[in-house]
Amino acid sequence: MESSGPSVGDVVTVSAVRSTVGQKTLMAVSGILLVLFLVAHMIGNLKVFVGAGSFDHYAHWLRAIGAPLLPHSGYLWIQRAVLTAALVAHVWAATALALRARAARPVGYAHRRPVQGSYAARTMRWGGVIILLFAIYHVLDLTTGHLNPVGDRAHPYGNVVADFAPERWYVTLFYTLAVLAVGFHLRHGLFSAVRTLGQRTAAGEQRARLVALLASVGLCAGYLSVPFAVMVGLVG
Amino acid sequence: MLFDVGAPIADRKAPGGPIETRWDRRRFEARLVNPANRRRLTVIVVGTGLAGASAAATLGEAGYRVRSYCYQDSPRRAHSIAAQGGINAAKNYRNDGDSVHRLFYDTVKGGDFRSRESNVHRLAQVSVEIIDQCVAQGVPFAREYGGLLDNRSFGGAQVSRTFYARGQTGQQLLLGAYQALERQVAAGTVTMHARHEMLDLIVVDGRARGIVVRDLVTGEVTTELADAVVLATGGYGNVFFLSTNAKGCNVTATWRAHRRGALFANPCFTQIHPTCIPQSGPHQSKLTLMSESLRNDGRVWVPLRAGDDRAPGDIPEAERDYYLERMYPAFGNLVPRDIASRAAKNVCDEGRGIGDGVYLDFADAIVRLGRAAVEERYGNLFEMYQRITGEDPYEVPMRIYPAVHYTMGGLWVDYDLQSTIRGLFVIGEANFSDHGANRLGASALMQGLADGYFVLPNTINDYLADGPFPTVDPTNAEVVDALASVTERIERLLALKGDRTVDSFHRELGRIMWDHCGMERTDDGLRKAIGEIRSLREEFWARVRVPGDGVSLNQALERAGRVADFFELAELMCVDALHRTESCGGHFRAESQTPDGEALRDDGHFSYVAAWEWTGDVPVLHREDLEFEYVTPSQRSYK
Amino acid sequence: MNLTLRIWRQNGPDAKGRLVAYRVTDVSPDMSFLEVLDMLNERLTMEGAEPVAFDHDCREGICGACGVVINGVAHGPEKATTTCQLHMRHFRDGDTIDVEPWRARAFPVVKDLVVDRGALDRVIEAGGYVSAPTGSAPDAHALPVPKADADAAFEAATCIGCGACVAACPNGSAMLFTAAKVTHLGRLPQGQPERQSRVLDMVAAHDDAGFGGCTNTGECTAVCPKGIPLETIGQLNRDYLQASRRPARSRS
Repeated sequence: MESSGPSVGDVVTVSAVRSTVGQKTLMAVSGILLVLFLVAHMIGNLKVFVGAGSFDHYAHWLRAIGAPLLPHSGYLWIQRAVLTAALVAHVWAATALALRARAARPVGYAHRRPVQGSYAARTMRWGGVIILLFAIYHVLDLTTGHLNPVGDRAHPYGNVVADFAPERWYVTLFYTLAVLAVGFHLRHGLFSAVRTLGQRTAAGEQRARLVALLASVGLCAGYLSVPFAVMVGLVG
Repeated sequence: MLFDVGAPIADRKAPGGPIETRWDRRRFEARLVNPANRRRLTVIVVGTGLAGASAAATLGEAGYRVRSYCYQDSPRRAHSIAAQGGINAAKNYRNDGDSVHRLFYDTVKGGDFRSRESNVHRLAQVSVEIIDQCVAQGVPFAREYGGLLDNRSFGGAQVSRTFYARGQTGQQLLLGAYQALERQVAAGTVTMHARHEMLDLIVVDGRARGIVVRDLVTGEVTTELADAVVLATGGYGNVFFLSTNAKGCNVTATWRAHRRGALFANPCFTQIHPTCIPQSGPHQSKLTLMSESLRNDGRVWVPLRAGDDRAPGDIPEAERDYYLERMYPAFGNLVPRDIASRAAKNVCDEGRGIGDGVYLDFADAIVRLGRAAVEERYGNLFEMYQRITGEDPYEVPMRIYPAVHYTMGGLWVDYDLQSTIRGLFVIGEANFSDHGANRLGASALMQGLADGYFVLPNTINDYLADGPFPTVDPTNAEVVDALASVTERIERLLALKGDRTVDSFHRELGRIMWDHCGMERTDDGLRKAIGEIRSLREEFWARVRVPGDGVSLNQALERAGRVADFFELAELMCVDALHRTESCGGHFRAESQTPDGEALRDDGHFSYVAAWEWTGDVPVLHREDLEFEYVTPSQRSYK
Repeated sequence: MNLTLRIWRQNGPDAKGRLVAYRVTDVSPDMSFLEVLDMLNERLTMEGAEPVAFDHDCREGICGACGVVINGVAHGPEKATTTCQLHMRHFRDGDTIDVEPWRARAFPVVKDLVVDRGALDRVIEAGGYVSAPTGSAPDAHALPVPKADADAAFEAATCIGCGACVAACPNGSAMLFTAAKVTHLGRLPQGQPERQSRVLDMVAAHDDAGFGGCTNTGECTAVCPKGIPLETIGQLNRDYLQASRRPARSRS
């Protein structure tokens, strides 16, 4: 009676993006793409522990992927395009669903609801906004270098070290909060994405929740290790 | 004189011949309606329980224009939803000797020989198709590991013919019928009018041609005209105020039809269920049934000594009276519903009850089977009991007491389910037809669906074949009169502005009925009750206070109208109970019992259906004699 | 027990509502929540005030008619319990209890605590059935159904349509209700022929009714009196995606 579940690729042909289920599918797929990027990005970040040469080499290598078939930085621009599209889709679907949710309850409850769902689940929307703001800052800081104290695009290692210098503790603090927000966002988001794509057993739900938790903790740990290593002088 | 006797009546629709062939013959002889004509015929169906929803859906599928009404906010909430146990069908899937004939036989006997053989046989025949229909709709009946349907034996039957869906069979069957109904709503053949209450029947030139309904949200009262009217409005157990019925269940639709000329049959036949949760105080608004299956392992007892107020655990074995096991050694705790109920009443009357209740003790079962096994069998029921009472039945014996559960009486109908008003059909619990003086467990769901899916959609054609009937002008005197009488009554209720609430009257009426027209009835008690009902009714019409207005949602006004009709019905129930000086089924007259205290039937004088005519003055009794060709009446014995 | 009830009073769909405080005394711990409202209404009637309108019928937790939000929780503090089955022993003497109607655009207030849940009927109407006209059925044993499927279908089918899931959902979504029916019929062989059109049409009707979208927060299942699990929504999503792969499966 059961046929095989839908694969992620099927979603592209969903004609019903206007439906609530279609919109959350869009969120799930775009969210998963963004998470895959986060994983790759984190692995790259960890090269900072190998040393300046390795880290800078990695950054340059990213621009050389696909050569000579692709022009310099070609792959990177493809990836940026995909990520931007995913981000736009993610934010668009989130906004559409949020507006819909607001319209669905014109009169709120006088008595505030006590907590039932998880903190992560209830903070998806504002958490998402924080993450978005951070992402913009982060690009201006470490990609374009505009907001970085050094801003030397040829030597990203130096940019990172300068960024998280102990006297710039507020940058580290903002970075930490943003990474924790990502963690919370993914703890519910990953589970939710899997559910949206058709996960439908109790055991599977437990697995999905566990994976979401481990992924969130792992990403948080990976991302936070860099600034704290810089701060305590482990990397410098 | 409390009543007059009129001419006898007879069912002229049931064909003769061998009983197995009668339904086929009737279906063949009944005229058909051309499919093209069906679109031009409108049928009103009031009520959306098992009978009403299944009838409306099936008539819609046939192509009639159906208008369906219910007082609830959705057709899915009709009280059929609360039936727990199961539905009988003569499938003989267990190869345990069941057959259509055996189900027919058991039902006639179970009804204590006060039902029609032809009707009951048809019910048994059709039962088989009901299960097929429900399974096709996706009703999730319990199944065995092989994937086939599970069956259980129910209510003391010796064969396993009861199909069930956990303890929620009524819910699942009703949702099946509701979904079929919604499918027709989508198809445009049925228009659904929820939160509408029928307040009168419109009879024009001797034919039922419509109803007067009140939109419960806006208060607007309108007339709805049609070619035929089907009442599927359930039973009248709420005349007792406390019953297992839903709070909204009422007699108004059938009672208004009765006042317009439909005969009311056997109103005193009410079923009292032995295993309900007792009242916890004067605030009690309804009673909750616990499945009868509890009696399979629980032992019923009370203290031996009256007024013994020790905790149950402190009463030693020797000072307990397991009265059912003592009085009925053969059946013990599994005696039929009416016997178990009356025995509980008697021990409570002796002052040995625990408040209003007796113990149902699982201590022995827990020792014998282990707690896990008891939990497996009854876990959900124990949980329900604990939720309501706050007591843990694994530790303290349950307390149970009988409560009104079902009414076998209802509007008189012929084999076609047509009342004495032409074009007025009555199905499900609202009619009187199939259960005689006592209904067997798991037979109510069977009858409701039999009537709605299979019987009515066949028999109504014969009537509608004469249609479409001449258009009724809304200014027609009968229509105007019906509308005016409804609005006048509403205005009168609102204008009284008295000093007692509707519920206070309803509670008092219920108490009178429970005391005198409940499990045991006596000549004296019934006469006293009639006097009390009359004076209480007068008081009601002088002192009731109905707040609010008639042009918006006004739940007190809804209840006031229903209670006003319950007063009139209550009196007829007492008259019926008074005139039937025999005991049979759910009707126990203290004057008619065997030396052992068992119900004593009087076939010589009472082998008939008592169909009552409303005259505005004293009711008139019309007898329909019952003939038994296939099942010989015998006296029940459970010793 | 003595309690203060702050009850939402609203005269009609377009009227402005507000919470009104009522003191109720001599409440027995054995009373159900609705019996307290009954008692209050008896008093209000005698005082010449309008009683509080609230929906209820079977009072045994199965019809789905009753339901109010009690201190911010649909059906009150007890798990898997409808308002009619909630007893006062779960409250403390002196408590102040807020009582509000289900709040959703798709459930307009009729009066006080009574809302119009007709939108749920329209979701069923869109496809929450098996097309099996009366008389067309094969023998019930013609098609065995694996017990696991039958049991899973039953679990989903126990939904009573009370609307608590909508009331509790931060998005005002009725996805748990919709998913329960999609899962019930989708797990049975009888439901297969219409499985794809059913899910597409029911979700479309759900969205048209003005319900919000699901974000898998699980507030719905926490208040569901029948404990319909959140997995049913996963099943609905899966069916929806499958049905969407090939377009134009919808009936409408």
